[in-house]
Amino acid sequence: MESDVLVVDDSAAIRKILQRVLRQTGMAIRAVHEAGDGQEALEQLKNHPDVRLVLTDINMPKMDGLQLLAAIKASPACHGIPVVMITTEGGETKVGEAVKLGAAGYVRKPFTADQIKEKLAGILEPALPL
Amino acid sequence: MNLQELIVDSIRRSTAEVFTTMLAVDLGEGLFSVENGSPAFNDGVVSFIGVAGLWAGTGSISCSPALACRLCSLMLMADSIAVDEEVLDAVGELTNMVIGGVKTELETHLGPLGLSVPTVVFGRNFKAKSAGTTDWNVVRFQWEGETLLVKLCLAPTEKTGHPSLHPAGSSCALEV
Repeated sequence: MESDVLVVDDSAAIRKILQRVLRQTGMAIRAVHEAGDGQEALEQLKNHPDVRLVLTDINMPKMDGLQLLAAIKASPACHGIPVVMITTEGGETKVGEAVKLGAAGYVRKPFTADQIKEKLAGILEPALPL
Repeated sequence: MNLQELIVDSIRRSTAEVFTTMLAVDLGEGLFSVENGSPAFNDGVVSFIGVAGLWAGTGSISCSPALACRLCSLMLMADSIAVDEEVLDAVGELTNMVIGGVKTELETHLGPLGLSVPTVVFGRNFKAKSAGTTDWNVVRFQWEGETLLVKLCLAPTEKTGHPSLHPAGSSCALEV
């Protein structure tokens, strides 16, 4: 089954790179939606109930990635959606907080396409061969 | 190793990791210097990111408009011919990743540090000054005839409780 993915990052450059990388993973992805902060992400989740994975930065204006993660896990409609953190934060404090809040995984920036693919392997289904 | 050596090593490692991973660019080791006194005039693109915690300061990346466009083109795999919002965003994100990597290394020795979101400036003949009197640790990289500067200034805050530690540290060693 093809899945919708939501990419959340205040950098348009990173959103663009993740769009490209996600298309190259060979996973069954139908659409990649984007948001520039946590508040926009919650709006996108309302507008796109088919989202099956959220990839989010941590340091963002308005609502950061940890607040977004907490909001998703507290939402009856969204709490089952896996959330993977993609961030420059390599310290144990924020990563540990994300794990406690229920993050499905963590990828540190800078990242390679293979690291993203590896992280998503257990979450999204591979695309069916044509 | 003192704090200054630690900062310079971290800048070199983090810059190399970000540029090879995201842009497939080998910048080489880069030359270290200390910048103090009145800031020089800038032309081009300058990105700043704040560091806060028991130690606080600013990280910065600066380069010419041409190099900023080239880096953005490599990062997004699309041609950028003039400095626009996309180019400024790409330089800001490179700064976030480079200084974020430095921050992560320094946290092992200095305790938890936070990062602000980056601010990017593009202009001619401007000066940028950070409050305080801390020296900037500067690593100058040369690539394809252009110069990229990665800088960090860092000083203990009042809560640190280590008044003997000097941010430029060559004479006040922080053993790590």
